[in-house]
Amino acid sequence: MKEKVFQESIKIIAKENLGADYFKLSLSSPKISHSAKPGQFVELRVSDANIPLLRRPLGVHRVEGNTFEVLCEIVGKGTELLSKKEPGDFLDVIGPLGNGFDCDLPSAARQLPILVAGGMGVAPLIFLAEKLAERKTKNSKFKIKVLIGAKTKSHILCEKEFKKLGCKVKIATDDGSRGFRGKATDLLKKELSTVSCQLATVYTCGPQAMLKAVAKLSGAHNLPAQVSLEAHMSCGFGACLGCVVDTKDGYKRVCKEGPVFWADDIIWG
Amino acid sequence: MKAKLSINIGKLKLKNPVMAASGTFGYAEEFSGFMDLKKLGAVVSKTITLRPRQGNPPPRTCETPAGMLNSIGLENPGLDAFINCKLPVLVKTGVPVIVSIASESGWPEFVELAGCLDKLKEVAAIEINISCPNIRSTKHKAQSVKLISQDPKATYEVVKAVRRATAKTLITKLSPNVTDITEMAMAAERAGSDAVSLINTVTGMSVDVATRQPKIACVTGGLSGPAIRPIAVRMVWEVYRKIKIPIIGMGGIMDTASALEFFMAGASAISIGTANFINPRAAAEIITGLERFLIKNKIKDIRQLIGSVKSEN
Repeated sequence: MKEKVFQESIKIIAKENLGADYFKLSLSSPKISHSAKPGQFVELRVSDANIPLLRRPLGVHRVEGNTFEVLCEIVGKGTELLSKKEPGDFLDVIGPLGNGFDCDLPSAARQLPILVAGGMGVAPLIFLAEKLAERKTKNSKFKIKVLIGAKTKSHILCEKEFKKLGCKVKIATDDGSRGFRGKATDLLKKELSTVSCQLATVYTCGPQAMLKAVAKLSGAHNLPAQVSLEAHMSCGFGACLGCVVDTKDGYKRVCKEGPVFWADDIIWG
Repeated sequence: MKAKLSINIGKLKLKNPVMAASGTFGYAEEFSGFMDLKKLGAVVSKTITLRPRQGNPPPRTCETPAGMLNSIGLENPGLDAFINCKLPVLVKTGVPVIVSIASESGWPEFVELAGCLDKLKEVAAIEINISCPNIRSTKHKAQSVKLISQDPKATYEVVKAVRRATAKTLITKLSPNVTDITEMAMAAERAGSDAVSLINTVTGMSVDVATRQPKIACVTGGLSGPAIRPIAVRMVWEVYRKIKIPIIGMGGIMDTASALEFFMAGASAISIGTANFINPRAAAEIITGLERFLIKNKIKDIRQLIGSVKSEN
């Protein structure tokens, strides 16, 4: 089935600064909000001028009714310009784009989702956790585990939101200012050594090095893992062939066949 | 009042002079959700080679001031898969399909490609891409090989050979990475090309100063976008005064005003490239914009604009 993609001028209805260099925008679009799936992204134009020229891809963070949210970190000129937008401003947005997470839990026997987030990687995972939580029924009870890695305690995002959804959250910080001192992958290693994790499915988003480590760990435990990749994109909708990743079937477009891939399909260079 | 936008390129009749440039429009299907593809004057395919090419390693693109670098490396499924899988999709747009071709092995491959495409009624015209900066010799990864379009003699020979292989409208795509582009345009004209397309991307490089790594894996790539527009307009203007065949102008056209620059400098038609990535409706908006401009300025036919720049020399 052909998925519908929209290009719209969308109003910012709320903005929230989240400390560190993080901020969140709420955007009003019934079309995008109703068709977006966890792991999909939108392409935002941050300026009408020619610098910066290209759109900026951002994962759909949450959806509520006719609005959706994006979470963003200021990393360069484009995201800095975006951070200066205010409620009432309009943004030219294309979306939803890409192939998101496969939210169908494979079987009753495989109902332990483990979400591993590094830094900004929490952005699409909260939306995923919401969808997974919806699948809980009387007969099928499961606990979603969330492992968050962040630089310091002030870089931890979405902890409350995950807890609200009933997820079990564990935190690791690089400097040890909160939770375990180390990486999210250290938490995963510990988690996977427990018996209850033998039937887990791993979902992850974050820096490339972390994704690679998560893929390796999951592979070693024979667990299926879905990884959301990041890449420089020029268009975001499959036209430029710029954002490819090497897979067992040759190069695939991160923007179109991804951004979410099965970890064992990727050739981790 | 109605303004006339139609234009002829060789035997090819276009209802308007706005095309989607090779390599920037996927195989058109990526754009069907954004615009009515029937509005386009023509669509130019991603460049096809005889055999499939997986293209260059990532990262393949990066953003630069008012532009972008790319080194895709002509990723394409090869001629057979193109004809079976991609051409039907392009034909569905309902507009003329111009097929861009390149050779990995010298001019005989161009002739073979053109000969195969010549038999297909779905192919409206052939564009020979002798100016892709991103095919490298395997021995020296970072070193570009000399392009056919950097040598007037080689340009003449390839165009002449392809000309013999096809009766279809033939367009030669030229590189800006030369001392004098008019020599190449004249060589293409002499060899029987029906039109020239210019410009392909400008070779460039960008370095990540934090890591001291080149921003794209192949080190150098092709610069496109508004950053190269003045170069492209200048080259169209230079070539216009030296040849009689039509020029298809391209290089950083983002909107109607930038499209008009090309017509005034001497282009008979234009291609929209990088703009498609940023605004997938750009081509459709420019077609509407050109028509409005003509009506507003009481110009009956877009051909009146071609080469109309008021330059002294």
